[in-house]
Amino acid sequence: MSKKFSQTEASIQSVTERRGVYFRKVKERIIESLMYTISLSVIAAIFCIFLFVGKEALPIFTGKTNSALVQDPIKPEDIDKYSPEQIRIYLGLPKSKFKKLDKETLIALLEVKMEAFKEIPENFKNDKDARVNTTQWKYLIFPHQWTGYDKPVYIWQPVSNIPKYNIMPLIVGSLKVTLIGLLFAVPISVGAAIYVSQLAKPAIRETLKPAIELLAGIPSVVIGFFALLVMASWFQSVFKYEIRLNAFVAGIAMSFALIPIIFSIAEDALYAVPRSIINGAYALGASKWQAAWQIAVPAAFTGILAAILLGFGRAIGETMIVLMVTSASEMTWNIFQGARTITATIAAEMAEVVFGGPHYRILFLLGTLLFGFTFIANIVAQVAIGKFKEKFEGLK
Amino acid sequence: MDIKINYRPVWGLKTKKFYISSHFFTALTAICGLIILFILFLILSHIFINGFKHISWRFLTTIPQTDFFNVETTGILPHIVGTTLKVFIMTIFGVPVGVITAIYLSEYSSNTSKTTRIIRSAVNNLAGVPSIVFGLFGLGFFINFIGQNIDELMKYQEPVWGKPALIWASLTLAVMTLPVVIVSTEEAIRATPPGEREASYALGATKLQTIFNIILPRAFPGILTGTILAVSRAAGEVAPILFTGVAYFMADLPHKLTDQFLDLGFHVFVLSTQSPNIEKTKPILYATVAVLVVLTFTLNLAAIFIRARIRRKQRASE
Amino acid sequence: MKTKKLNAVTAGMLGMALAINTAQAATTIIQKGSDTLVILAQKWAEVYMSKNPDVKIQVTGGGSGTGFAALQNNTTHLCDASRPIKAKEIQACITAFGKRPTEYKVALDGLSVYVNSENPIKELTVEQLELIFTGKIKNWKEVGGPDAPIVLYSRENNSGTYEFFKEHVLKGKDFASSAQTMPGTAALIQAVGKDKNGIGYGGAAYGTGIKHLLVKKDAGSPGVEPTEENVVNGSYPIWRYLYIYVNPAIDKGEIHKYIEWILSDEGQAVVKEVGYYPLPKNLRINK
Repeated sequence: MSKKFSQTEASIQSVTERRGVYFRKVKERIIESLMYTISLSVIAAIFCIFLFVGKEALPIFTGKTNSALVQDPIKPEDIDKYSPEQIRIYLGLPKSKFKKLDKETLIALLEVKMEAFKEIPENFKNDKDARVNTTQWKYLIFPHQWTGYDKPVYIWQPVSNIPKYNIMPLIVGSLKVTLIGLLFAVPISVGAAIYVSQLAKPAIRETLKPAIELLAGIPSVVIGFFALLVMASWFQSVFKYEIRLNAFVAGIAMSFALIPIIFSIAEDALYAVPRSIINGAYALGASKWQAAWQIAVPAAFTGILAAILLGFGRAIGETMIVLMVTSASEMTWNIFQGARTITATIAAEMAEVVFGGPHYRILFLLGTLLFGFTFIANIVAQVAIGKFKEKFEGLK
Repeated sequence: MDIKINYRPVWGLKTKKFYISSHFFTALTAICGLIILFILFLILSHIFINGFKHISWRFLTTIPQTDFFNVETTGILPHIVGTTLKVFIMTIFGVPVGVITAIYLSEYSSNTSKTTRIIRSAVNNLAGVPSIVFGLFGLGFFINFIGQNIDELMKYQEPVWGKPALIWASLTLAVMTLPVVIVSTEEAIRATPPGEREASYALGATKLQTIFNIILPRAFPGILTGTILAVSRAAGEVAPILFTGVAYFMADLPHKLTDQFLDLGFHVFVLSTQSPNIEKTKPILYATVAVLVVLTFTLNLAAIFIRARIRRKQRASE
Repeated sequence: MKTKKLNAVTAGMLGMALAINTAQAATTIIQKGSDTLVILAQKWAEVYMSKNPDVKIQVTGGGSGTGFAALQNNTTHLCDASRPIKAKEIQACITAFGKRPTEYKVALDGLSVYVNSENPIKELTVEQLELIFTGKIKNWKEVGGPDAPIVLYSRENNSGTYEFFKEHVLKGKDFASSAQTMPGTAALIQAVGKDKNGIGYGGAAYGTGIKHLLVKKDAGSPGVEPTEENVVNGSYPIWRYLYIYVNPAIDKGEIHKYIEWILSDEGQAVVKEVGYYPLPKNLRINK
């Protein structure tokens, strides 16, 4: 807007009008920056998840927790001989809580800890692992021979006098169930996706696609319920294995939840392959199947791969189905035996932990690992989809 | 002429083997599709056959006062109300944030700016976070951080905000379903005909006026679809609310935002695994599952229906 | 026209929200904890509320550990527990509200050992149970049964039942890693009922559909059945108290009246109805 008005023009455009337009522009700018800030909330959400979940697990990463059964007890009378920091670590309290406690309370706490020490049965006090800090990384990952076992084993048994926090059985359990789920879901969903996008008549496509996507409308609790009440018994009567609730049943139930996701994305990827390429194949004499299998699928390959990756991410993170169907936390790759996934462990055990204790932190550690893993899987899938779109930019 | 032109008619170019293999694979993949439909049919029929006979008007509208586990006297009204409140509050908080983000992404920012790409990437990532991690997030952020700080600020003796409550569960679900709303809204905004937008600018409207008077009303069905899909997803989710607000038994409906609540999905979980007498409570379990599935399915079907209508309108106007 | 409809809907929803918010709330008592106790707690709540309509009681399960965690975080008034509080948890309570929580014994319970009703075994000693559940005895024929592998069923580790069994029967040793964890006693019973080679344990109140084993203190004693008499006089080896813990600072007024009622004859009659064993009068200590 030119600032050079002649006298007449200035009097025509009244002061209030000009001010109104000016204010409107300011208002718009303010609203725009407000919108910008709100949009950043998505990034803030991801960041906060990382921050708050990782914060609780941090002491395990830095080695500051100590879950040893027998620690040299500090007698309440000797409270002044130790520095506050030593007492804080002995009591296992976070800094914020420690600050709020007065001396009397601290003495009461030390007394309680002395009582606890006296309560420990003798055979545990003299156990070779009694003084071991079981939250150290080497106990979380590598097998160890605990008392009462005849060889080094991977054990997750966190509620015990000597808590065992080895996370390998949980990781193996998660992978077992996920792989079975994918093994069952991928061929079926990709096959159906090829059919619906390439081989079916448009009329069939219109009805079949929403029908299959309707499967996504079943909550995972309901799938878990169905697996527990119906599938588990039926499978056992057909396959006649020993353990009714095993990784196989969980995997098949999991695949019901994965099929809609993999189908949706794979079908979109296949449908997005430009018609010109496929028509070209027809022109050269290919049959419908040949065009679909030899032209469309390789073209949409990165998209299909992204679909499988997203299915994998969903499977690793699925909670309710595995919570209802899985059982033992044994370290075995046998699919007809029990399995315990990371997600089910967190869901089942989080409610019972002492807030701030080693078990609590290990569960948050598992959550952080899970989140980190799905985050990476997602980024890889995004890059794949990006590359896929680039390929066909410009072709229609 | 004695030249033998050895040619086969066009339709004979394709040998029988060719046809057979093509038909075979088509049939194979079609069977894959049918397997999926069969699974869907199996689950639904099993639930409905066993569940519908136990649903009655009394069942849907009683607050159970005595004998929670007796199918004759129990009711799931508190569960229905709890689930409804949970998604309702989630919608109030989640949909505006999602719509505003989508508007910003499609109207204001340029597609190549770094912020846009990070926001888009964050939306995709949020969609892939496991539901139990959302539960941990709700616990660690909303309850332990925000809730406890509110309690300290207001100097309450007992934790009022710093404990599992309806509001925190709803907010956790709002964060979880944000990607669905954003993606649907963006899709809807992109689909508005550019002609109308240009016309609005030509008439002298500012960007904000265009958005609120032209684009949003046009995109409304799409936003509605996104909201319905988010609601349908959240209604069935149990993992995020496990430690952020759900209770096992409550004598009354929740009155305040800081109350706990009962939930249909959690009730299914409890009845399947922790019921005192599995045979006796089976009818209640099936009935609750039937109600939950009817709820999510109606919502999904509504969303699909609206989406189909939008697509038809689009194709008609092209 | 569309905006009018939208306005109406929004107004209606806001109205509903406001109505819910301003509705009056009576005294609310929150009770959380043991799944063993949750049926009992819910029955107590029902009966008490029918007599005192201005008190509302909310009950949640989750395991004894959940109850203690909630007690420490001040997110519950009463904590139900099927095992006594541990020193670590007392510590956390002192850190949270400065005093030890008050312990009330509210009922007696006998832990039954369940096997499938087709299993010919009728009784086992406590030591045999220990060896079975730690995985040292793997086959039924080692204890006099058919030649079949033993399939173990156990509880989640947030369960007080799990901890009690571990401490008193397994003497602190770990369960065998092949033991399948069931999320609730009913699920465990259902699983054992469907598995001829299964063995599991749980609160005596839930025992329907399978059979209880008689438990012998040692090889020389007779097998004892988990009945009320045997549990009250202590001859059944695997018995325990059921507890309620409460922060002493809030143990007054309505909450204390409720606990008093639980310890009264009326409350203990409910205990019997649900299937646990009421405390003999001399043990009903009201602090």
